[in-house]
Formats: sequence, C-alpha cells, structure tokens
Amino acid sequence: MMTDSDLDIFMDASASVLGITIQPEWRDAVRANLAVTFRMAALVHDFPLPDTAEPAAVFTA
Amino acid sequence: MPDIAWQSATDIAAAVATGKINATTVIQSTLVRIAARNGVLNAFTDVTAARARAHAARIDAARAAGKKLGRLAGVPFAVKNLFDVADLPTRAGSAINRENASATHDATLITRLEEAGAILVGALNMGEYAYDFTGENSHDGPSRNPHDITRMTGGSSGGSGGAVAGGLVPLALGSDTNGSIRVPASLCGLFGLKPTFGRLSRAGSFPFVSSLDHLGPLARNVGDLAAFYDTMQGHDPEDPFCANRPAAPVSSVLEAGITGLRIARAGDYFAKNLTPDAARAVAHVCAGLGVTQEIILPESARARAAAYLITTAEGAALHLNRVRRRSTDFDPEVRDRLIAGAMVPAAMVIQAQKFRRWYQDAMQRAFADVDAIIAPATPAIAPLLGQKTFVLDGAEMLVRPNLGIFTQPISFIGLPVVAVPVAGEMPIGVQIIAAPWREDIALRIARYLESNGTVVAQRPPET
Repeated sequence: MMTDSDLDIFMDASASVLGITIQPEWRDAVRANLAVTFRMAALVHDFPLPDTAEPAAVFTA
Repeated sequence: MPDIAWQSATDIAAAVATGKINATTVIQSTLVRIAARNGVLNAFTDVTAARARAHAARIDAARAAGKKLGRLAGVPFAVKNLFDVADLPTRAGSAINRENASATHDATLITRLEEAGAILVGALNMGEYAYDFTGENSHDGPSRNPHDITRMTGGSSGGSGGAVAGGLVPLALGSDTNGSIRVPASLCGLFGLKPTFGRLSRAGSFPFVSSLDHLGPLARNVGDLAAFYDTMQGHDPEDPFCANRPAAPVSSVLEAGITGLRIARAGDYFAKNLTPDAARAVAHVCAGLGVTQEIILPESARARAAAYLITTAEGAALHLNRVRRRSTDFDPEVRDRLIAGAMVPAAMVIQAQKFRRWYQDAMQRAFADVDAIIAPATPAIAPLLGQKTFVLDGAEMLVRPNLGIFTQPISFIGLPVVAVPVAGEMPIGVQIIAAPWREDIALRIARYLESNGTVVAQRPPET
C-alpha cells in the first residue's frame, strides 16, 4: 500500500533527477496527482495482457 | 443593422450569395455583437477585425464582379487560440506562449474555410495548453456559460462553446484530446463534432498529446456542422497523422434518416456516475431514436485510465523544459499535473499503449453488431465557476478530471462522435458514437434527432 510518505520520497527524488523545482505550497497538489496517476496505472496493469500484446501508439482503422 | 446573431451559417451564406445582405454588413454586425457581449462571456481573446473587414470587402467585390462565391461566403467563424492565426502569437491558453513570435501562416483548417469564403473574426479563450475540462484560465479569466454566466463553459475549448452558444458566431473550431470539444458542447448546449483521428488536418495548431489530438467544429445546428466539416476535409501532408484518404462529404446524406441503422445505448461504465440530469438526457435521446438495446463496451474504466496515463505523460514530455524553467508562469491547475506527469514511469505508459490496442479491437468487435452507440457526454450540467467537486452516485468527486469520464475512452481509440444538446434549465449533451470513418452515420442520427425536435441548441437568456 502506497503511503503519502512513499509518494513524497518518490516526488522529491524524481523532481531532483528531472530538474524540477516544487515549491512547498505545490506539494499537496502534485502528491495528489501522483496518487491518482498510480491508481490509474494499477488499474491498467491489473488487466492481463499476453507478452505478445502490441502497443497501439496511434489509432488506425 | 440586421440581427444575424442567431442565424445559421448556411442561411448567412445563402443571403450573401443571393445579395440579400453583403458580407461587410454581416461582419460589422458580428463585430458589434462581439464588442457588446464579450465583456460578459469572455469568449474571445483576440478579435481580428481589420482582417475580417478586408476579407468581407473582397467577397463583396467578387460578387459585384459577378464571380461565383464559395459555399461559406460571408459566414463569420472563430477558432480556439491554439490555432495558428497569421500575425498573432499562438498562445494556446498560456502566458508563456503569448511571448512567442506571431504565426506567419494560418492553420490548414482556417485556410480551407477562408478559401470557401468563411471569414475568421478572432481567436478564443481556452484552458491552458488544452489540459482542461472546465474552460477556466488563470491568465485570461474563465470562459462564461451563456446559459448562466456563473457557470463553466466546459473545456478546454471553452471560448468556442461560449462564442457559439452566446450568438457571437454561428460556428467555432476547437480541439479535442480527451473531450475538449464534446464537454463544452454538452455544457453550452451545442452540437459538436470530434471526427475520426486523422480525418482533419492539425497542421498549424499547437499540440497537446499527438496520438489523441483531434480538431473539429461546434455549431448550433447539424447542417452548419456538416457544411464546415465537409469544407475542412482532405489529406494534408503537413500533418503526418492526417489520413491519406479521400474526403467523404456528409452534407448530402444528412436527411437520410435512421431506417436500417442499428443503434444501442452504452451500459455498464456509461450508465454509472451520472447525475439525474445526464441520465434523463440519455433516456430522452434513446426515446427519440426508439433505442432499447444496450451494449457493453468492455473495460471502459481501464480505457479511461490508460488515456489518462498517456495524456499526463505525453503532455508532460511536451512541456518539460517549460516546467523546469518557468513553472511559476503556468496556470497552477495545469502546472501541478504536468509536474506529476513528468514523473510517470515509462513502463506504465507503454502498458497503457498495449491496452489501447486491446480496447480498440474490442470496440471494433462491438461495431460488428451496431452502427452507432449512445452515451452520456458529461456526467452533469455545467458546474459553477470555481466549483471543485460534485456528487456522482453518492460519492463526492473532483470536477476537473471527471467532467471527461465519458468522452475520454472514446477519443482514446479515435472514434468519431457527435455531441447533441438536450434542452433544459441548463442544457446537457449526449454522445453519438460511430465506427471509424463513419462520421456520416453519427451526423445522420444527429440530424434525425434535430428534425424530430429531440435535440436543440436552445437560445440562452441575455443578462
């Protein structure tokens, strides 16, 4: 289970590596967005796809 | 001065073509109307008055010389301010990009419309960098909903919705990455067309998410939507994803009716998280079509999640250097999401792209059984400006990301959609979704609903 503390560690390390400055008053909103993003990612990853699944980077009919 | 504010584009073009009114008068009336109402609606960020008057004069001169006019001659229109307009910086709703040099050329779609005689009168307010469903903007102020100016237009094509619903222009162009045409069409009570991905050229527009970005029109009636759509079609080598296929005009088939079409209502995901207003609108449209069949579009919650991931990561990649160097110059609502988006692990985005193919295949199977699918456009009527949450199925949810929960899975796989307006104290839209490249079917159904009175772009009160 991901905690706010986990997200803070991830956020601070990522910001440092990416060269992004996060001002103190922005932290809650960035953390909240990260939490939503990882929930969305878990939903996608929970769906079983075969190793042979190909990406569809753009739509084609 | 004739009141052309609520006339259709096709009526204006007919009046200009037959000499009942000249283009100069149309444009002067439009500019007066914009000056009178834009202070309230905040739809336009730029009014290209001199350019519009000059174009109108050329059309009037051509008619006086006996030349044949284009099918849209004299019709005013405006574009979301992420379209390149020659001699304007393409601000894309941002403070940062308005410092750029002015565009040297118009976007392809503007050129095609003006070659048919339509007259650009300005550029329209939008959510910053199109990462928005509200129409709010911290730099330019919010677009205001003409039906209730204390409410959102929806976004990100907020000014496009406000300008058309408010009678400033008969038609506007917007962009739709996850719902940014369909959401304002719904909240402002308009018809909106998001064509198949690759149908209309995006050349000369500021991007957001390359594999999800679409351009399209918003209008007050289906005939206008179709006339502009037909004029804009055709391959454009300047947009690498613009499909190299022949134009497929729809105006001549609008009245074909719905006999023989298999239409179903989307269930499961698309029947949850609806306010009673939205549920009533879907039921109303289904009744107008005699639709009783339900179809399940599997795993649509995951499709929405995957679209969310691709959007936040690709959007962040586009803006990473601006986020690094100029983070305080962003709209805070956009900045915080772009910072988080820059941190998304690549494995998550790639898995989302793989799921995208699965969902596309599943939807193509669905279209073996039906020709069109009815789904809500937004979960609620227009929220109040500044409103942060709303209640869906008993749960309090954030407005900003959740206004697009029903549009996002559909644009994820590039399907064509027409949003149609259901009237009420506040209007709300319904999506008509068709198979790839079958805009004609969605527009036929929209026209059928319009002609039997089920849907209408209601005229707002003026306060």
